[in-house]
Amino acid sequence: MTVMRAEMVPVCEVDRLAPGRGVAALLPDGRQVAIFRTGRDEFYGLSNMDPFGRAAVLSRGLTGDAQGVPFVASPLLKQRFDLRTGVCLDDETVRVRAYRVHVVDGVVHVRP
Amino acid sequence: MTLAAQTMRTLVVAGHGMVGHRLVEVLRATDTEGSWRVVVLAEEPRPAYDRVALTSYVDGWDARALSLSGSDYAGDERVGLRLGDPVRRIDRAARTVTTAGGFRQAHDALVLATGSRPFVPPVPGHDLPGCFVYRTIEDLDAIRAAVERAMTTRRGRAAAMVVGGGLLGLEAAKALRDLGLSPHVVEMAPRLMPIQVDEGGGSLLRKLVTELDLTVHTGTSAERIEADGDRLSTKLTNGTELDLDLVVFSAGVRPRDELARDAGLAVGERGGILVDLSCRTSDPDIFAVGECAAVEGRCYGLVAPGYTMAEIVSAQLLGAEGVFPGADMSAKLKLMGVDVASFGDAHATTEGALEVVLADAVSGYYKKLVVSSRDKTLLGGILVGDAGSYNLLRPLVGRRLPADPATMLAPEGNGNGGVGIQALPDEAQICSCNAVSKGAICGAIVTQGCDSVAAIKTCTKAGTTCGSCVPMLSKMLDLCGVERSKAVCEHFAHSRQELFEIVKATRITTFGELIAKHGTGSGCAICKPAAASILATIDTTERNGGHILDGEQATLQDTNDHFLANMQKNGTYSVVPRLPGGEITPDKLIVLGAVAREFGLYTKITGGQRIDLFGATVDQLPNIWKRLVDAGFESGHAYGKALRTVKSCVGSTWCRYGVQDSVGMAIELELRYRGLRSPHKIKGGVSGCARECAEARAKDFGVIATERGWNLYVGGNGGTLPRHARLLVSDVDSGSLIRYLDRFLMFYVRTADRLQRTASWIEDMDGGLDHLREVIVDDKLGICDELDAAMAKHVENYVDEWRGVLEDPEKLARFTSFVNAPGTPDPTISFRVEREQKVPVLLGMPEVESR
Ligand code: SRM
Ligand SMILES: Cc1cc2nc3c(=O)[nH]c(=O)nc-3n(C[C@H](O)[C@H](O)[C@H](O)COP(=O)(O)OP(=O)(O)OC[C@H]3O[C@@H](n4cnc5c(N)ncnc54)[C@H](O)[C@@H]3O)c2cc1C
Ligand code: SF4
Ligand code: FES
Repeated sequence: MTVMRAEMVPVCEVDRLAPGRGVAALLPDGRQVAIFRTGRDEFYGLSNMDPFGRAAVLSRGLTGDAQGVPFVASPLLKQRFDLRTGVCLDDETVRVRAYRVHVVDGVVHVRP
Repeated sequence: MTLAAQTMRTLVVAGHGMVGHRLVEVLRATDTEGSWRVVVLAEEPRPAYDRVALTSYVDGWDARALSLSGSDYAGDERVGLRLGDPVRRIDRAARTVTTAGGFRQAHDALVLATGSRPFVPPVPGHDLPGCFVYRTIEDLDAIRAAVERAMTTRRGRAAAMVVGGGLLGLEAAKALRDLGLSPHVVEMAPRLMPIQVDEGGGSLLRKLVTELDLTVHTGTSAERIEADGDRLSTKLTNGTELDLDLVVFSAGVRPRDELARDAGLAVGERGGILVDLSCRTSDPDIFAVGECAAVEGRCYGLVAPGYTMAEIVSAQLLGAEGVFPGADMSAKLKLMGVDVASFGDAHATTEGALEVVLADAVSGYYKKLVVSSRDKTLLGGILVGDAGSYNLLRPLVGRRLPADPATMLAPEGNGNGGVGIQALPDEAQICSCNAVSKGAICGAIVTQGCDSVAAIKTCTKAGTTCGSCVPMLSKMLDLCGVERSKAVCEHFAHSRQELFEIVKATRITTFGELIAKHGTGSGCAICKPAAASILATIDTTERNGGHILDGEQATLQDTNDHFLANMQKNGTYSVVPRLPGGEITPDKLIVLGAVAREFGLYTKITGGQRIDLFGATVDQLPNIWKRLVDAGFESGHAYGKALRTVKSCVGSTWCRYGVQDSVGMAIELELRYRGLRSPHKIKGGVSGCARECAEARAKDFGVIATERGWNLYVGGNGGTLPRHARLLVSDVDSGSLIRYLDRFLMFYVRTADRLQRTASWIEDMDGGLDHLREVIVDDKLGICDELDAAMAKHVENYVDEWRGVLEDPEKLARFTSFVNAPGTPDPTISFRVEREQKVPVLLGMPEVESR
């Protein structure tokens, strides 16, 4: 697959994200990104797919930190994923795709 | 063949009771060279279990709860266990034993651990159907079946006679009472527990036992037992006649020495396999241990001396010495509500013994200490009505009292009286069942890092048998200055209960403030929902209510609470409206059907007497709720750690047996406690009569109708470790029932650990159910007014959570599949059809970077 330098995709106003929670966004090509805002106002994006539960649910998990590592816990079977890298904290052989998220002028953007 | 195998010898153990098991366990733990292979031949169909706790089997009929850890020797190749096949013959010359099933086993050493059998006095009719003994799980199963038969065929209360008013007889009688029978205890001696208590103690004991609803007949015995239609009748020697449904014999035990007699081994004068102080029989290759052994002619009917015998035999098998040191015959009655204990020389038979008695008929206690006249050495004692000081006094036997006897007997915690555990010397035995001293427990705590009662149990075995020393174990932890970690997670060093108190006292209203002032980091999926639950409980019980999705609280909720529905495996949700008591009108039933059809939802009746609609997407949820709320439904909190259902049976309105309106009561309770946020889910049940069709005793609170009102049971549980709820109060009117339930639930929501159901909450409580009763019935802590007020406030503040979302556009906006494409259905969700309804299909190959 050739990777194209894609444009940032605007997703929503910052206010739609409550600190500590996520939302799901649909990319133009049909992929789903879970976007999180942490309690410290950092923004992260992961694939919305839970590889263990095989369902698009990560955006609906609870966030937190484990020894300082920010994570989201899947709402299905509670595996935790590092918000920065997508690596699963409970099984390091598993990783979900991480997306870069930026806030520009009060609008949340994802780099596909 | 390896060297070890060549020199390996075979030990045969006949009998797998508590002592036989202890022998194998100790031998396997200490035989590091692997010099013995063990073959255990057992008569009972299951591995050794906790016979001492046999009576607790009636609390849930779960045989697993009695299992002794490791008694199946899984994974240990050196131990073979043959169940359900008793030894029939010992051939001493050939050194073999043969079982009933014809299995023959050679041995180098043989240990007889055959226990005892209950003694059944030769009363005419003692072998009629309906007559039982009380020794094994199978005995109790048979008693249970008879009780159930009696309950379904009798209109009034069924009755039972327990022959024998000793320790075991009283335990059996109390169990029968809890099963709903009227028990008569018949004791030949002039008082109950004649071996353990004296006259003064006996008369108080009789009064206390009578208050438990047992009828006591002393100084008499059954003359005969006769069949009377499908019942039994008996005549006592004092002329009393009783109509009965069953009889339980508990008139002492006789050692099982038949194998030994047949093999020509010496037996004791009063029975029992005669052994010397090293537990060897008249044949030096054969040992006897436990209740079947007569050590220098004396049999011991308690487990602790048996364990000691097992240990000395194991030592000798490994070439060491072993001498039976004699035994502590202390006993404590394990009855709810009646404290009786006796220890040491309780009857003051030692020469020059002095008796110091403290008795108070009004407060209901009788306490006696026996001390030597010379130097005030404690020789023994009897405690009836308040055995609080038993754990402290028993280890002091044989030592000088640290204070004068009257001080030692003063009720605990009244300031001037009582002597603490610190007064005990290091050698004092804290756990007499397992011979663990205070010093050994201190060692385990200080040098082996045991920081909980459970850790001490594993490490030292203290507390693992009769359990009476467990309160001392927690006091030892306090004494050694161990802080037991109840921390919620890495972000808070506090327990849930402490966080509850902090939030309540400081009026903190947000998680942000709580973690900033009392925690570290930013929280996690454990402490956030725990804090959300506490904030919600305090909102409705102390403040003016509020919605769990208001402001910051929304961000703390577990996924299910966040969407007020239960997430299913494909990311869709199920919707469970409340159907209080399981009652529903035809019109409402039609609405549920119509909504399910309109939104294409899979429909199922739940195990909680309600209807679950599955397969709703996030954006469908508010539309579904709108239809339901308009038709008069509300959220059933199937998603919340909150009250779920109060199940009901049909009750007196329709049922020919019902004695109270169970449906009406279930609805009242469900509506009263709906929405109460709690450490874990709460379930209730109400049955209209003792037939218990609502399975109320499987619930956190179970209410069972009686002729005179209601019995309230608490602490039941389904799940992996099912437990039956236990009786808290009986025959109370509806008003009192609700008052006690209010307090029970409020006390639970305030003090339980996170995700702790009521069953384990009560089990972990110091003093257990008795303590709970003191708190919520007798108001021992003086908090009942506060608990009552909090529950009243909760009832007043209740509002439906679904309606709260429908009325608030900001909350409604969160119910979208995609923040940037509202209304677009999630393309990954799909269904197939099974039995005419849709069911989820999971994604074949999710988008994963690597796996
Ligand atoms: C829908 C239902 C099955 C059904 O179709 O019948 C169900 C479904 C689930 N139960 Fe249950 N239980 C359901 C009745 C029961 C019952 C029967 C009852 O309530 O009378 C029990 C035994 C009674 C009890 O709770 O003691 C029961 C004992 C459990 C347990 C074990 C609890 C325990 O204390 O060990 C769990 C696991 C847990 O909660 O940690 C559980 C967990 C669950 C979970 C959460 C499992 C999961 O992770 O998906 C299921 C989703 C519902 C949810 O999120 O709460 N469910 N579950 C029933 C809903 C009843 C209702 O109307 O609300
Ligand atoms: C209800 C109840 C409450 C009790 N409470 C207490 C208490 O609070 N404190 C206390 O110290 N003690 C208590 N006891 C007594 C305690 O249970 C016994 O002292 C202890 O179980 C004795 O252990 P044991 O191994 O010697 O005998 P048992 O536990 O009786 O085991 C003997 C085993 O040998 C089997 N057996 C017999 N003959 C053969 C054969 N020929 N071949 C193979 N197997 C055979 C039997 O079936 C049985 O399984 C209580 C007992 C009961 C019944
Ligand atoms: S428990 Fe209820 S339904 Fe069952 S027999 Fe009694 S009243 Fe009838
Ligand atoms: S005294 Fe019985 S278990 Fe400790």
